[in-house]
Amino acid sequence: MASALINVPKTAKPGDIIEIKTLMSHIMETGYRHTATGEVVPRDIITSFTCRFNGTEIFRADLFPAIAANPFITFFTRATDSGKFEFEWIGDQGFSETASASIIVE
Amino acid sequence: MRFGFVILMTGILLAGAAPAAEIAQAERRSGYSFMTPDTKAMQDDDTANPGMLWVLDGEALWKRKQGAANKACADCHNDASASMEGVAAHYPAFDKALDRPVDLEQRINLCRISHQQATPLPYESRDLLALTAFVAQQSRGAAIETGSDPQLEPFIAKGRALFTQRQGQLNLGCANCHDDNWDKRLAGSAITQAHPTGYPLYRLEWQSLGSLQRRLRACITGIRAQAYDYGAPELVELELYLMSRARGMPVETPAVRP
Repeated sequence: MASALINVPKTAKPGDIIEIKTLMSHIMETGYRHTATGEVVPRDIITSFTCRFNGTEIFRADLFPAIAANPFITFFTRATDSGKFEFEWIGDQGFSETASASIIVE
Repeated sequence: MRFGFVILMTGILLAGAAPAAEIAQAERRSGYSFMTPDTKAMQDDDTANPGMLWVLDGEALWKRKQGAANKACADCHNDASASMEGVAAHYPAFDKALDRPVDLEQRINLCRISHQQATPLPYESRDLLALTAFVAQQSRGAAIETGSDPQLEPFIAKGRALFTQRQGQLNLGCANCHDDNWDKRLAGSAITQAHPTGYPLYRLEWQSLGSLQRRLRACITGIRAQAYDYGAPELVELELYLMSRARGMPVETPAVRP
């Protein structure tokens, strides 16, 4: 039941600097922990986050084991046109999630 | 001179050993008020509060058909925003059939067993936390009213006795920290007053949502006592006392705590 929480302003004026906030549900298991019987708990993290606006990549981040569970990634961008933000999280063990949000710039 | 000093010291020691006094109503503070501005901001913004991930899952589970009865919570309780509003603010509540108080997690599992004919969800499982968080979130902002039922009085008294009872290798009772020293710090962290206003809540230390019973068990282990099992009557009585002690304070579920 992976789920994302996205916060993008619904509207903006051309040239406005807007904040985009994303929260993705993920355990971010480091791969450095052991069970009570000594076996390594396999690494299971998100490794990459990408944001595209109308198909063009505007933000990318690589994630590492030291990042806490349920990564909260926030960044700023300048509103130019109306369109769609597409978010993508890729990780270990075939993890792949997407979400999107639209903005009207006028 | 020296004699006077000894008398003074004895006075201080006696004052330190005075029995625990309950926190005055006007002095009660939610754990929220002890947090840094950053952590407060995380709780206040529903798109930054990781507890909302469980609430979203809970909302999906609320509508999912379960068990041999093939019924969803929503089939009986309909829209949770109406039917569950203020409900969590009364828990733990008295259950007539069991003749003892049950907390919200137990109520959900009782409902699963009797009405959905499904297996109970394990304590601290993602699904049970999600459903509990979703139900409790419908009471966000409502004043806690736990303990207004007179049938609960003997159980509240038991919970209070457990709260003040010294136990474990450190020989500490809950009250020694949370009534007597809540304005001080322990290993750099605020001690706080132990008002369970936001459970289940997202603890940064856990990197997960967790129940009040999980928190209580962690505290009991911290004083090096044997923690009660999940669902033990003692834990429910302690939950009940703590919630009745917080009566009138607003529900914050899903809260965020360090």
